[in-house]
Amino acid sequence: MTREELRAAIIEEIGNIAPEADTARTGDDADLREALDLDSMDIFNLVIALSKRLGVDIPDADAGRLVTLRGAVDYLARLT
Amino acid sequence: MPSLGADMEAGTLVEWLKWPGDQVRRGDIVAVVETEKGAIEVEIFEDGTVEELLVAEGQKVPVGTPLARIAGVGVDVGAGAAPPQAAALPVPAAAPAPAATPVKAAEVSTGKKRVRASPAARRLAAERGIDVGFIQGSGPGGATVRADVERASRQAREKPRAGIDLSQMRRAIAAAMARSKREIPHYYLSHSFDATAARAAIEKFNAGQPPEGRLLLGALLVKATALAVHDFPEFNGFFEPDGFRPSEAIHVGIAIAIRGGGLAAPAIHDTDRLSLPELMVRMRDLVGRVRRGGFRSSEIADPTVTVSSLGERGVEALLPVIYPPQVAIIGFGTPLERPWVVDSAVAPRPVLTVTLAGDHRVSDGHRGALLLRRIEELLNDPERL
Repeated sequence: MTREELRAAIIEEIGNIAPEADTARTGDDADLREALDLDSMDIFNLVIALSKRLGVDIPDADAGRLVTLRGAVDYLARLT
Repeated sequence: MPSLGADMEAGTLVEWLKWPGDQVRRGDIVAVVETEKGAIEVEIFEDGTVEELLVAEGQKVPVGTPLARIAGVGVDVGAGAAPPQAAALPVPAAAPAPAATPVKAAEVSTGKKRVRASPAARRLAAERGIDVGFIQGSGPGGATVRADVERASRQAREKPRAGIDLSQMRRAIAAAMARSKREIPHYYLSHSFDATAARAAIEKFNAGQPPEGRLLLGALLVKATALAVHDFPEFNGFFEPDGFRPSEAIHVGIAIAIRGGGLAAPAIHDTDRLSLPELMVRMRDLVGRVRRGGFRSSEIADPTVTVSSLGERGVEALLPVIYPPQVAIIGFGTPLERPWVVDSAVAPRPVLTVTLAGDHRVSDGHRGALLLRRIEELLNDPERL
């Protein structure tokens, strides 16, 4: 999966969790929790969704890597 | 029309899910009602057969109006014939509790079993957090198939929170909170403690668990509160016109923020009887449904005490406002790294501040302090949760 595909997958899953979140205007380095008002339950759901979709194991300790788009793409690119 | 909150006066019947001739069982969802709190699924509290629907879809009727007649029970569904306050509590508070959890689970699944949907559609709907029962099916015999779920998921994104009218919800919050501050003499207590043990327990549990099996700190906070109020019954129940009525059952209401503004605090039934993993699944389900506007009548009507937790991005402490007719609300601030004295030396520790707003008509600060101490004890010894 290319970085662009990974980025699109992450944005789609965020859209499923928080349909009202404006992901189009979110910078790659913005903290998603702050920019989109995601709470720990949302990040929890994002970890579940991305693990299933990409078939990767995301340990609980690594959930913090998913809080920016660039960080999430970097992290998942290494796993996939 | 059941009262789904002390300040609800009327509701609009949006949709009937059962029709004359249908068998219904306690816990089945029979109708959807639009209220200031959004679209709410109305459950039935009796077994029987639907004989007649008394209110048409689209009709707005006052609280207490019979919605349907059920043969075999001798009562009108949803009439809540009692005044709003009492009708707000269709909880079988004195109901025999031991069997409550398994029975409830069975009822819920009975309600869902009648929905025709392919396994793939169900799976996708569960992943997307959509209630498959609300999707119009295009498959054989009107069954919901995967493509229907895809379509519903797209529509849900285009039309966010179809079930929630935020301005109505704001009015409902305003009415409840204004009444609370007008009528309830609140007192407040605050207690900070080292949350290392609770954090460590979560880390230990989560290592080796697949993502959907993991816990968040919030589940421990809710469970600790449920177990603590068990021994402090003056914080668990309802203040009614003739005084305080403690509740045997412990249904902890979870205050859930809605992005962009808005708040609801529906109950997780028999919270004290759920294991932490079960509670986590229920909390995840409830948060998802509240944010989409799909909670059920009994969930909104019958919390016996409420927990409001600020989560990871909040501030140190909150001073919450009691939801009438409840008599207490427990607040948890964000755990913050703070200097803490451990074995006579200062060390950085995650410090959690728990607060209580209590109703002084029912309880006093001394017992409130003991309640907060009990919550701390339980969180320091997570094996007990």
